[in-house]
Amino acid sequence: MNGTLTWRGWLLDPAPVSRRQARLGRWFRAWLAFRRNGLAMTGLFVVSALVLTALAAPLLVDPRAAILQVLTERLQPPSSSHWFGVDELGRDIFARIVFGARTTLIIVALVSAIVTPVGLGIGLAAGYFGSWIDAVLMRITDIFLSFPRLVLALAFAAALGPGIENAVIAIALTTWPPYARLARAETLTHRRSEFIEAAELQGASHLRIIMSQIMPLCLPSVIIRLTLDMAGIILTAAGLGFLGLAAQPPAPEWGAMVSSGRQVLLGQWWVSTIPGIAIFVTSVGFNLLGDGLRDVADSRSS
Amino acid sequence: MCRLLFSVLSTFLGLTCVTFFIGRVIPIDPVLAIVGDKASMATYNRVRSEIGLDLPIPVQYWRYLIKVLHGDFGNSVITSQPVLQDLLRVFPATLELSLMALMIGVIFGIPLGVIAATHRGRWQDQVIRFGSLIGYSMPVFWLGLIGLLVFYAKLGWVEGPGRLDVSYDDIVPVVTGLITVDSLFAGEHEVFWNSLGHLVLPAAILGYLSLAYVARMTRSFMLGQLKQEYILATLAKGLSPFRVVWVHALGNVWVQLVTVIALTFGSLLEGAVLTETVFAWPGLGLYMKNSLFNADLNAVLGGTMLVGVVYIGLNMLSDLIYPLVDPRARERR
Amino acid sequence: MSDTPLLTLRNLRVVYPGDEGDLVAVRNVSFDLGRERLGIVGESGSGKSTTGRAIMGLVAAPGIVTADEMRLAGKDLTSLDERGFRRLRGKKVAMILQDPKYSLDPVMSVGQQIAETHRCHFRSSMNAARAAALDMLAAVHIRDPERVYALYPHQVSGGMGQRVMIAMMLIAGPDLLIADEPTSALDVTVQHQVLAIMDDLVRSRGMGLILISHNLHLVSSFCDRVLVMYGGRVVETCAAGELSKARHPYTRGLLASLPELGRRRAELPQLRRDPAWAEG
Repeated sequence: MNGTLTWRGWLLDPAPVSRRQARLGRWFRAWLAFRRNGLAMTGLFVVSALVLTALAAPLLVDPRAAILQVLTERLQPPSSSHWFGVDELGRDIFARIVFGARTTLIIVALVSAIVTPVGLGIGLAAGYFGSWIDAVLMRITDIFLSFPRLVLALAFAAALGPGIENAVIAIALTTWPPYARLARAETLTHRRSEFIEAAELQGASHLRIIMSQIMPLCLPSVIIRLTLDMAGIILTAAGLGFLGLAAQPPAPEWGAMVSSGRQVLLGQWWVSTIPGIAIFVTSVGFNLLGDGLRDVADSRSS
Repeated sequence: MCRLLFSVLSTFLGLTCVTFFIGRVIPIDPVLAIVGDKASMATYNRVRSEIGLDLPIPVQYWRYLIKVLHGDFGNSVITSQPVLQDLLRVFPATLELSLMALMIGVIFGIPLGVIAATHRGRWQDQVIRFGSLIGYSMPVFWLGLIGLLVFYAKLGWVEGPGRLDVSYDDIVPVVTGLITVDSLFAGEHEVFWNSLGHLVLPAAILGYLSLAYVARMTRSFMLGQLKQEYILATLAKGLSPFRVVWVHALGNVWVQLVTVIALTFGSLLEGAVLTETVFAWPGLGLYMKNSLFNADLNAVLGGTMLVGVVYIGLNMLSDLIYPLVDPRARERR
Repeated sequence: MSDTPLLTLRNLRVVYPGDEGDLVAVRNVSFDLGRERLGIVGESGSGKSTTGRAIMGLVAAPGIVTADEMRLAGKDLTSLDERGFRRLRGKKVAMILQDPKYSLDPVMSVGQQIAETHRCHFRSSMNAARAAALDMLAAVHIRDPERVYALYPHQVSGGMGQRVMIAMMLIAGPDLLIADEPTSALDVTVQHQVLAIMDDLVRSRGMGLILISHNLHLVSSFCDRVLVMYGGRVVETCAAGELSKARHPYTRGLLASLPELGRRRAELPQLRRDPAWAEG
């Protein structure tokens, strides 16, 4: 008890003695503010549950159950042996939901892994170098920004053929522009700061200044934006899946699962409904988490 | 004005670049598709140069651009008609659906956003925020399915998939392409009510999603305006809070909302791709989806181009409307 | 000065409840105001603006206003609800804010904003309100009222904007005008012009004026009486002409830190503050 109290005191010390203590203290205060927000905590819980489910999927259910077709049991309603029922090909829906969490998480992770460096790179370069580089890069960004997202993704999928990788590329292509804008705006606010000038005077290279001084300042807002966008990415991915353009059967993907249940919707509602609820809950979770993070960031900056 | 023109033109060129690029990277060899894989090398090369694939890329792009500017998107493989003709036939259905949804989104979304902002932190705010959170977290195709299941199959309150019952097909002459409007003008009330019955569910579902977005944005814009000094001044004059909120604060929010509404309409066109698939609504989305699965690339790219052009048009429109609501923007032109 | 004062304040307190204890913005402020010009000076955060807002019933949501007595033209303000305050605002008491750039609605023409006050308080017709607004624009020395009526706030200069603001606030004929830093956002050249117009109107209409400012010179040259606030408390009250005889150390400090023409000083003395003054 005493130990935790001193930890807390050390973290909340208004006069930190080391840079590490200051930084940890800042994170801890943000966490305290975040923890007060019940909805944001719900979001954090949902997202953690998704990540854990995806990681521990093979431990939760037999990996074969997700694609194993037991035709004698097809279209059984939810029961104690099949929690979420059985689909039209006799596959256990619970197992498919659990493994579908992996598909969703992979898509989200890959899109983030593409969008963050691309958006940051373009935005930082535009904001840091200014002049014609800025003009050209931002023109390109604006062009991509004014494209219809799902339709462009559709066109790419049509050209590249269906599949998770292509869905990821299509989504990433239409997602990066706001990040470039954001990174550019952040860069511009810091570009003329004295600590940048100081680094320039010390002879630091452009690349070094961008990577070590400016990028760390852009990252928080990019991460918050990414969290807020997650729900949109998941919905777009599920939409592509629903149209049959993401994961190909028999791989479990929530959007495709909703689609395959359409034929039996009237008689066996659970086949379509349950994966839909999974998509919905996940996207609510990301939205709540993103809103909470943004609130914390806003209250810190104001 | 010059800026606007430049931005419209560069966006359009960018759009054609992307569709051109997509048309090039497609793994199917277009020459092979025409001549078949048993053709001789000579035939192959002849066809290849006939369709211009041996020319340098910039020249190919230039030819493509000229064709697009003439409204030539090639022929559709499925309907074997010019793609443009197909697009013009299916687009009104999408327009009818998304316009209706936009109306729902704006008529309900803006007042709800205002109420949420003026009751910040109280139950009204919580309910509206929660309702819109659900809206923008919802997979639209799934909501459509559930809607069909509940309101059509179980309750029978609305008509089923499609735009009209089969028995009402081809009664009303096509003028605008919007069946509800055409049937009203033709005086066919029965057709009107039937088409409205078909329209109401998909429009309500799409409308709910745009409502969620519009309400959320209105709320945050309103919160920004309510902090301004002029709000204090209008209160100090003795105006009622109603007038302060709905005339002064909202009057300033309109300036920002114009862009949001244009964006919403754009995203509704996209949402239509999924909604139309669920509701078998014979619009652009369903057309593109069907073309996609029949490897009808001309049709897909033509549809992409059409949606892109509508997007550009919407951006232009919001730039033109802007000065009407913001006196500060009037001088600049 | 008439027998019953225009405004009476006894122990006005404004408190903002917070997580880390309550923040007391105004502590036990008491004064009477006749049809005179009262200046309130103090640095930012001294509670001078909050006092002005409390009189208008415009202290924002978490803030709590209490007073033993608060009367405006014989009306008890402590028992007044929001609707009651609304009837007073503009009609009995009005307020001029610092910067016309921000305190006028940017998307409504300035003429309409003036006419709006008239319509709100007299239920007048469009034309009557317009005519009254044009008269009022002329009264604040605007040369071409017809033209200015149709202008938008971003099209008028700071000085003209502040005159529009005065017109907007005085059109319903209030008895008391609270001017909260009315000239600090303006160019020095037009500051006096705007003050003179305001002063002229206040005198000719026999109104009371509370001029809130951080500028001691301005207040002492324009007002009959000066109130000095520090930490939410009135630390000194004196006649404007006798400011040099002020006794409180804070007021003396303020006076000492004013630069003077014709006297060269190497360094202005720093203002010394004592938290005990706020408790006192």
